[in-house]
Amino acid sequence: MIAAVVLSAGELILLVTLAPAVVGYVRWLKARLQGRRGADIFQPYRELRKTFAKGMVIADTASWIFHVVPWVVAGSTVAAAALVPVVSANHPTDLLGDLFALMALLILGTIFLSLGGLDPGTAFGGMGSSREMTVAALTEPTLAIAVLALALTAGSTSLGVIAGTVLANPSYAIGPGHALALAAFLIAMLAETGRLPIDNPATHLELTMIHEAMILEYSGPYLALVEWAAALKLTLLLALAANLFIPWGIATTSTPGALAIGLLALLVKLSLLATLLAVLETRVAKLRLFRVPELLAMSFTLALLAAASSFFTR
Amino acid sequence: MPHAVFMVIGALLAGAVFALAWPSPAGARRLSLGFVLLACIGALIFGLDALLTGMLWTWRSDELLRPIGGVALRVDPLAAFFVVIVAVTGIPASLYGFGYLQALDARPRGRAMHALLSGFVAGMYLVPLADNAATFLFAWELMAVSSYLLIVSAPDQEGAAAAGVWYAVMTHGGFLALLVAFVMLAQGGPLEFDAMRGTALALPSHVQAAVVVLTIAAFGSKAGLVPLHVWLPRAHPAAPSHVSALMSAAMVKLGVYGAIRVLIDFMPPLPPAWGGAVLVLGVVTALTGVLYSVAEAHLKRVLAYSTIENVGLVFVALGFALLMRGYGYGALAAMGLIVALLHTLNHAVFKTLLFLAAGAIVHGTHESSLEALGGLIKRMPHTAILCLVGVLSLAAVPPLNGFTSEWLTFQLLIAGARFTAPTLAIMLPLALAAVALVAGLAAVSAVRLFGIAFLALPRSTNASEAREAPATMRWAMAIPAAMCVVLGLVPTTALTRLTAVTSDLGLPMGQLDVGFALELPLVGSRLSPAGIALLVAATAIAAAVASRVGRRWRTRVDSAWNCGRIAQSPRAEYTAAAFAEPLKRVFTGFYRPTQEVTVDVHPVSPYFVRAMTLRADFAPWIEQAMYGPLIRAAHRLSSHTGRLHTGSIHWYLALLPVALVLLLLVARWVQ
Repeated sequence: MIAAVVLSAGELILLVTLAPAVVGYVRWLKARLQGRRGADIFQPYRELRKTFAKGMVIADTASWIFHVVPWVVAGSTVAAAALVPVVSANHPTDLLGDLFALMALLILGTIFLSLGGLDPGTAFGGMGSSREMTVAALTEPTLAIAVLALALTAGSTSLGVIAGTVLANPSYAIGPGHALALAAFLIAMLAETGRLPIDNPATHLELTMIHEAMILEYSGPYLALVEWAAALKLTLLLALAANLFIPWGIATTSTPGALAIGLLALLVKLSLLATLLAVLETRVAKLRLFRVPELLAMSFTLALLAAASSFFTR
Repeated sequence: MPHAVFMVIGALLAGAVFALAWPSPAGARRLSLGFVLLACIGALIFGLDALLTGMLWTWRSDELLRPIGGVALRVDPLAAFFVVIVAVTGIPASLYGFGYLQALDARPRGRAMHALLSGFVAGMYLVPLADNAATFLFAWELMAVSSYLLIVSAPDQEGAAAAGVWYAVMTHGGFLALLVAFVMLAQGGPLEFDAMRGTALALPSHVQAAVVVLTIAAFGSKAGLVPLHVWLPRAHPAAPSHVSALMSAAMVKLGVYGAIRVLIDFMPPLPPAWGGAVLVLGVVTALTGVLYSVAEAHLKRVLAYSTIENVGLVFVALGFALLMRGYGYGALAAMGLIVALLHTLNHAVFKTLLFLAAGAIVHGTHESSLEALGGLIKRMPHTAILCLVGVLSLAAVPPLNGFTSEWLTFQLLIAGARFTAPTLAIMLPLALAAVALVAGLAAVSAVRLFGIAFLALPRSTNASEAREAPATMRWAMAIPAAMCVVLGLVPTTALTRLTAVTSDLGLPMGQLDVGFALELPLVGSRLSPAGIALLVAATAIAAAVASRVGRRWRTRVDSAWNCGRIAQSPRAEYTAAAFAEPLKRVFTGFYRPTQEVTVDVHPVSPYFVRAMTLRADFAPWIEQAMYGPLIRAAHRLSSHTGRLHTGSIHWYLALLPVALVLLLLVARWVQ
């Protein structure tokens, strides 16, 4: 038990430290694809170090909520990351919560971030909060149905159990239920993490921003925390997609060899998914805000099809 | 212990008497609220004891209410549970009244309001305890009439009279439906509940269908099921806040109680179609409620619509229980019932808190529109933090109690989809999606409520001069806030007691919990809210410590950056309407927004605009479509009957024998 806890703490630390590199990799690859040289993948670490060392300016209109938000966002995102099986499918945090708990923790972070956007009373903050909450609300049904599609075959919403079931029955992974659920999940993930075509993480273009508008008033260490949490959210959702839908390589025993393979598999899968993300972000343009629901409706339909086909193939 | 019931009723009676008879108005207020508080504490102890011991107790008296069949009371776990819910709401609500109702001392109606409150609470305790139709209908009417009078006699409320009419019509329509349902259930036998349990088993199918429809309509009109919800958003803003809290958190739940009592306790397993219908009704109610609560600007109407939403969620679980009971899946039905009951309790707790907080805001600012609030977190810090707890419960995030019931609802629907017939293959996933959407939109509504009212800059002078609520009001809010946290962290405290309720109703349920964690045997999922809370807190604190070690943060307080815009005024802030705008656009078909722009241009050239006004609103078209024709028909009918009133006494005297003869004929025909 203690070994398992230590292992899962190690996994959590891995995910937390890896997160900026994933963002850095996506940025670097996007730059390459767009014909730019791009900073190397360690640039986000340097940015975080710099931002952590800077002073902060707190808006004089802000209340204590503004100070609490970065900690809650960081805490809830890290807690969500702790629930994700990373290199090993035997995950003691399955005892704490399941996929729905993970979603709820992410929503907790989103809610506080929105409150932080509203707190200083600036127009941009309110705008970002309103949009972020709208997108989050509309993403919920898709995620819930995708979870249902997985749970129907696995018989549980626990992350470790789902990964284990797919490992034991590889045919599930290529079945329509899983494939459609993966597609739906990926689209929902783009919305959750504020990537193109829903939100552009690279822009401060005033009228289109969602996430960046909310955190406009944050500076210094608070900004660094929020940015790190955003990177972690992306990484944990990518790891989740990797280990729920294509779990091969994940360690089922705690031998060093299996864990090493699990780590390697994770890195390969993460870089594959991150490459996919970078290519997608290079290929598509940002959607108008009021077209976003159409995209989410599409992913919802995919999820529903996934659930229906899981029903008939179970 | 059974005498506790009489002591509770006696204390409430004493409260009413003291309210009317004590010489000084302030003393009358304190004494009568004190007695209500005592009665509620007594009822809480009694209810918990009855739940824990599984006590069954009956009492009847043919002397009281003899003309309509005597009084019969019965305590079983289900009744005890709803007594607890009323008590849990009543304790903070009466404590709150001490400070909140001070302004009533100077008014002639004040005493009547205190007395009515006692009557209202007494009615709510008697409803779940009633064991025959006469007692039930008497208690139901006591509750309805006293709450009606509380709504219409609230001082300084515009629209209170109209709200009262809506409420009275809906509640008496429900009363009639209930009366007919009871008579049909009894099948000519005695109107005792025990007898009905027997006759319900042998009802012909068309009578059974009629009883089910009438029951759902009667209790749905009290609980606020769409389309019978129209009175809620009208009545709640009109009533004083502690009454709104009681109405929204306790009285509405007695509709849920009635539905469970008749549909599960009395009735044999119903055909699954009925369960499906209730489930669909629940989904429609939840979606309608949450969509309006996101768009509404009046503080208490936001909460009223959110009550409709939560009642919808309760009915989703209840419909699920009926459905599974119809199919013969006992364990799933029990789980559905447990989730319905748990959410009833959770909602009662956080909605009490939120209505009391709304009352504190109105008390402190004299504003009730979100658009006039803002920045209250600085002027009302305690109310703000208590309200934040309620808002987070409403948003269903861990580790607060709203999340537990949401999680259980999700698991419930998944378990249902896993174990049952393929006919449910589409229905249950769609219900799950709807519940998830409702949860997401509830989070939007929660953020909007707290963010617009408490954060940013005050949007009116009243808001900038807000006063913090008196101590009794804050303590009253602290009680449900603490319960939100406790029920969120250790949901097993409530959940294990609920298995007693379901097994008493013939739906036994296996063990659901492992220590502090919930474990659902049917889906093999586990949730430990306390563990999650610990994890979040530990990481947040670890991050705080780690980033503070070895360096000092340089912090400067200055005006907000806002992308370089220096001047910051409340006029540039996001408003409640603006916050909901994206959703209004997404759900245009639902809201049917209306927009009216008037531009005042200079007479010289249309290019010089002097002023622009924008009016944006949305039409409650469902209401208009449903009730418009009814109201018009009622108007026509009354104008026709109005013609009879000529004012001539001879004409009226002539009408009397005609009416008498007609009545005699009807009576003969009935016999």
